[in-house]
Amino acid sequence: MPIDLAQPGGLTFAALPELVLAGWAMVLMLVTAWRHQTAGDVRFAGYVALLGLVSALGVEAWFWTSGVHANGLAHMIALDPFRYATACVFLIGGILTVLLSLGYLEREGIGVPEYYLLVLLAVLGMMFMSAGTDLIVVFLGLELMSIAVYVLAGINRRSVFAAEAALKYFLLGAFASAFFLYGIALIYGATGSTNIQRVYLEIATLGLEHSTLLLLGTGLLLIGFGFKVAAVPFHMWAPDVYDGSPTPVTAFMAAAVKAAGFAALVRLLIMGLGPLEVTWSALLAVLAGITMVVGNLIALSQRQLKRMLAYSSVGHAGYVLVALVSGTELGVAAYLFYILVYTLMTVGAFAVLAAVGRDGERDVLVDDMSGLSRERPWLAAAMTVFMLSLLGFPGTGGFIGKWYILSAAVDGNNLGLAVILVGASVVSAGYYLPVIMAMYMKPLIAEGAHDHAGVRGPVRMVVAVTAILLLVLGVWPNRVMDAAASGANQMRPTVIIAELTD
Amino acid sequence: MNYGHWVLDLLLGFPLVVGLLILVRPVREARWIALGGTIVEFLISVPLWWEFDASSAAMQFEQVHAWIPAWGIAYRVGIDGISLFMVLLTTLTMPLATLGSFNYIKERERAYYALLLVLTTGMLGVFVALDMFLFYVFWEIMLIPMYFIIGVWGGERRLYAAIKFFVYTFVGSLLMLVAILTIYAKVSAATGVSSFAYEHFLANVGVVEAWAFWLFGAFFLAFAIKVPMFPFHTWLPDAHVEAPTAGSVILAGILLKMGTYGFLRFAVPFFPQVAFDPTVVTIVVGLALVGIIYGALVAMVQPDFKKLIAYSSISHLGFVMLGIWALTAQSVSGALIIMINHGISTGALFFLAGMLYERRHSRAIADFGGIARVVPALAAVLTLVSLSSIGLPGTNGFVGEFLVLLGSFGRYPWATAAAASGVIFAAAYLLWALQRIIYNPLSSEANAKLPDLSGRELAVLAPLVAVILWMGLYPGPVLKRIESSAAALVEQVESYAPAPGMPARTAEAPDHAD
Repeated sequence: MPIDLAQPGGLTFAALPELVLAGWAMVLMLVTAWRHQTAGDVRFAGYVALLGLVSALGVEAWFWTSGVHANGLAHMIALDPFRYATACVFLIGGILTVLLSLGYLEREGIGVPEYYLLVLLAVLGMMFMSAGTDLIVVFLGLELMSIAVYVLAGINRRSVFAAEAALKYFLLGAFASAFFLYGIALIYGATGSTNIQRVYLEIATLGLEHSTLLLLGTGLLLIGFGFKVAAVPFHMWAPDVYDGSPTPVTAFMAAAVKAAGFAALVRLLIMGLGPLEVTWSALLAVLAGITMVVGNLIALSQRQLKRMLAYSSVGHAGYVLVALVSGTELGVAAYLFYILVYTLMTVGAFAVLAAVGRDGERDVLVDDMSGLSRERPWLAAAMTVFMLSLLGFPGTGGFIGKWYILSAAVDGNNLGLAVILVGASVVSAGYYLPVIMAMYMKPLIAEGAHDHAGVRGPVRMVVAVTAILLLVLGVWPNRVMDAAASGANQMRPTVIIAELTD
Repeated sequence: MNYGHWVLDLLLGFPLVVGLLILVRPVREARWIALGGTIVEFLISVPLWWEFDASSAAMQFEQVHAWIPAWGIAYRVGIDGISLFMVLLTTLTMPLATLGSFNYIKERERAYYALLLVLTTGMLGVFVALDMFLFYVFWEIMLIPMYFIIGVWGGERRLYAAIKFFVYTFVGSLLMLVAILTIYAKVSAATGVSSFAYEHFLANVGVVEAWAFWLFGAFFLAFAIKVPMFPFHTWLPDAHVEAPTAGSVILAGILLKMGTYGFLRFAVPFFPQVAFDPTVVTIVVGLALVGIIYGALVAMVQPDFKKLIAYSSISHLGFVMLGIWALTAQSVSGALIIMINHGISTGALFFLAGMLYERRHSRAIADFGGIARVVPALAAVLTLVSLSSIGLPGTNGFVGEFLVLLGSFGRYPWATAAAASGVIFAAAYLLWALQRIIYNPLSSEANAKLPDLSGRELAVLAPLVAVILWMGLYPGPVLKRIESSAAALVEQVESYAPAPGMPARTAEAPDHAD
């Protein structure tokens, strides 16, 4: 279905999923203004948020399946499968987070219905990040997402660690935004445009490949993104922030926020800075290599489960970077597939953690999982699936994801990175396996140690659905792979260039 | 429907169904369902023996179903003379391993027997897969049940042994994964056909000639760790000793063969030029020799019977490697026969070690002595099995080692002479152990009242003893089924690479780089 973006109606229609979500956010804002007293009110806000996310997902899916595309040039907001694919992942991440939070907030005594509003706004920001074809739109999306997540990190006001996390995240995030903005300014200075596709055209036609201003701008943008996706050496904030935030928020940050950062990066690099590929792919390769090595090695030395997962998510950012290095359609498809799988397994693992622990789960050691298989066999089985999937073991979605990324790397002649990736995976076996080992092979620490470790209602659904989906994706990934491949196509701006030059 | 059309699918699928059944049925039925399931599995596989066309070296019983067409991945399975006996060995071992676990496994029985059955599928899958993706999936998948079997039901240092086993194998296999993907990418680019089919790889692997050395290295590492070749063997003693009896039997009997099978099926046929490069030959044959002699010497000084058997495996597998690298029809057939024999004899030895342990709760050789008078049947079987492991003429062990030595002598006379000393060492460590365990005076009071073999234990050992004698006295039918595939392999490899021991590539040799 072609949309004429020159017409106001077309332009409004193009932003329909975002508008739907924004509309629900308004509704939620009103709801929380009237009802914010009891635990029931908080819960009600959660259901409203859920409704909003699901309806936005419906619209997004409708756009995708009916092939909505721009009739002419998309100046501000893209209408391409990449946007729909990434938005679906963010929305799924948001839905899982809300489901996870329903019981969690009550249990931890966080009686703040605005929590769900912030989740909606953060997802809205993410959608703009991946949809924006203008750097200003991307930046607005980034800020909308970031500010919402800063607050989410510190939403538990009685926890010192949450406060620390929020402050740290805010300060470093503000720095990252500044880098990002400065990068945009320099790119604008070099090319005279903030439109991503026009930037591509200017570079290609004016031969700006070696422009210092442009390279500097690209570097600053990469640093900004590096912070957002927690790539080494810009990852310092991640462990403390992940550690201190309420667990569902941690899952949200580790999965959706990171995926959104990558989405904007992919669009910018491939649609905008394509001519500079030699430069940025070399930079990304270095980032990817050290991120994988450092993230996994530090994770190896962690004894707290939550911190271990935090560092492991740094390592996974490295894997995703490997997919991007080649800059091919295959790489983009690998990214799309991986973020979906990664969202499922990360949210699943954090859900189990939240079920096992208490008080923010900061003090749950890997050894505290000992004997879980005897007391809670299904929970232990699900956790095993998550750990094996994170490890990239055959039979799980994580394996297909890693296989996809490795294919992209090998296809792009980045054998060195592929070897580092598998090396890092071996290291990661050193910390994922002990979790399985503790659950199945070590005796219970004390009788009744896991009595409180139960999953009920929505959390049970989250754990079961993510585990089953991961297994299904491990055996029958065809549909999702096709979707990822279709989401990745049309990213190369050759068609657009032809239109622009007319 | 025709047997050949469904047998492999059934062999792979049936154990999973039985595994699920075990999980939903009451605990007390678990062992019986597992035993019944593995016996049925064996019976399903038996007609392969007759249906197999011994005169053909081609893949038989082939099945292809689309799986992930976007990447050219399909479920492709088939059997030739190399994999036929690995499949039969697996299906024969599993019911015995199940029966042999009845006394040993006392807790979490359902999970244990279900894992055994998953393991069956995994191992069979490795041997029959003709798609590189499928092969890789099976190769890794079977790590998980083994990891749990060692880690949950193993001995005192089981956690250490389990993770060591897992990580060692994982390191090698991930590099192999990169190699597979590299070949796939290059072959797809060169031929325009994206397919992970084994045949497709084999036919077009010439296009990666420039990378062949590194790719071979990746395959080599994966398989050498599994075999295990010296110096990658250090996981083996831990895993074998800590695993429960059935775990040790399966590890020694089947899992180790995956390494040598990998060499025969993938590493050598894919990269003959590299595999038979003079330097590589020197290294591999050298390592095989070190394995043969080092394994034997270390076995000799082990105070722990199970560890002694574990090290003897390293020695035996060294013979297999020598046989593969000698690359004559005889030596390759011999290597395959040793692979079967080692599964039978070492499997039986581990069963016997487990039975001794269940009686005495000790694996130390010094704790026994003179038990021949107390448990005559057990002593007799132990003696026979030890003799077969040594390679006494008339037992199966002799046939394989003789063929390997005979086939290798022409290529590497010195190495073969040195390897032959390994046979002598084998006699030394096993006979000496035998003397200390079942002969000598009956020194310990605790040994005076040991019960002899029970009916169940006899049932476990009898099939193995029968195979030992049959293969020793009349190996003809087995050899006949192996020969054409072995000869085809040798021919295929030699058509690409100069025969080992000959001068390296001459000017007339075809250059596949172009």
